[in-house]
Amino acid sequence: MAVFVATDVESAVQRLDDRPDSVVLAGGTDLMVEVNDGRLRPSPDADVVAVNRVAELRSWRHDSAAATVTIGAAVTYSEMLDEPLATLAPALAEAARTVGSPQIRNAGTLGGNLGTCSPAGDGLPVLAALDASVEIASVAGRRSVAVLDLMKGPKRTTLEPGDLIVSFTLPVVDGWQGYAKVGVRNAMVIAIASTCLVLDRQRQRVGLALGSVGPTVLRVPAAETKFAAALDWRTMTAERDAVQAFGDGAAQTAAPIDDHRSSAEYRRHAIGVLTRRLAARGLDTAGRAA
Amino acid sequence: MTNHFTLRVNGADHDVRDSWLGESLLDVLRDRIGLLGSKGACEQGECGSCSVVIDGELVCSCLVMAASTIGQSITTVEGIATDGAPSDVQRAFVDAGAVQCGFCTPGLIVAVHSLLESDGEPTETEVREALAGNLCRCTGYGRILEAVERVVVERRR
Repeated sequence: MAVFVATDVESAVQRLDDRPDSVVLAGGTDLMVEVNDGRLRPSPDADVVAVNRVAELRSWRHDSAAATVTIGAAVTYSEMLDEPLATLAPALAEAARTVGSPQIRNAGTLGGNLGTCSPAGDGLPVLAALDASVEIASVAGRRSVAVLDLMKGPKRTTLEPGDLIVSFTLPVVDGWQGYAKVGVRNAMVIAIASTCLVLDRQRQRVGLALGSVGPTVLRVPAAETKFAAALDWRTMTAERDAVQAFGDGAAQTAAPIDDHRSSAEYRRHAIGVLTRRLAARGLDTAGRAA
Repeated sequence: MTNHFTLRVNGADHDVRDSWLGESLLDVLRDRIGLLGSKGACEQGECGSCSVVIDGELVCSCLVMAASTIGQSITTVEGIATDGAPSDVQRAFVDAGAVQCGFCTPGLIVAVHSLLESDGEPTETEVREALAGNLCRCTGYGRILEAVERVVVERRR
């Protein structure tokens, strides 16, 4: 039983394979809360595999030919706020800025966000709305899957023991994207409801993802298609009724519950408001640029 | 790697022999190394009273697994005063009356030093955003903001 500080992906996945009960430690902002609380005790037969010093996981790269950006799983929220990454993935930067506090943003990572898979994870609606893919490594090799397919339920993913999240690949979108969230204050807040909207001009595609209103992050395909058809993609404008219907569609798709943070009724209402607000913001911004 | 490890804290190496696997850096600093400046309150990263700097990054030491920081450089509030004299930030906190019960003060001192190292001329909004992870239940924050402003003005000279 030991804490293993990995410096490359190969040694990390080898360690995870040798001791299948091992726990992956990234920024620690979720895992250490469990440990401090006594809810999680690393097993005597297992290791803690710390991955926040694996160079490949700590870096990101822009592929301008493919118009994608690939972000390492241990890139922190603070790093997502830095240029030029913030300009390449603006909704991710907006979401990152709403995470916790500077202390949390300096530690918390995108890989940890998906590994924990809370429906309130701030990075997840962005990854979902952008149809991001995630690269996973194990001793068997590497594979790429859609982020949406990996999220199975509250704090449940389809990751197998021995799997390590390596990176995320998301499109650099020609158009507009934004993230909005409702919480009780401007900092240190877990989302009561959140939305990420992507208006991809080149593909004439609308992506909307909802957080904190279902067992995992939700997409709203019917309302997305309807809104994409109602949009004038050349001028980036839409009728007021179309924006209203888009918000209503999102609110209907939401599947919220009552809990200690909010009520289902409030969450559903908030999704409608946030969706309309982002749509208005996106069309205003993109319309002026057109 | 066994559960015996060495941490570099405030420029000195400290042997840690009796911690349990998974023990937080906060507990190791306080209970094993004897550095009591970093405070433990929420133990879930909400309050900032355990703030330390690891390799230049401000973090909550309660959310850091101590054994994962081998080979990194850790600075606690005890590493901020030079030769026993309070730093300009520490002096400004006292002068501005930004210390009441004092429990949040070490974390705030570390956070303010970290902020002013990356940005010597923050706006009030930037100061508020930078200190949003440090809770104080006594002062109402007014005098803390005043203390930061005093340091900014002093450092300009």
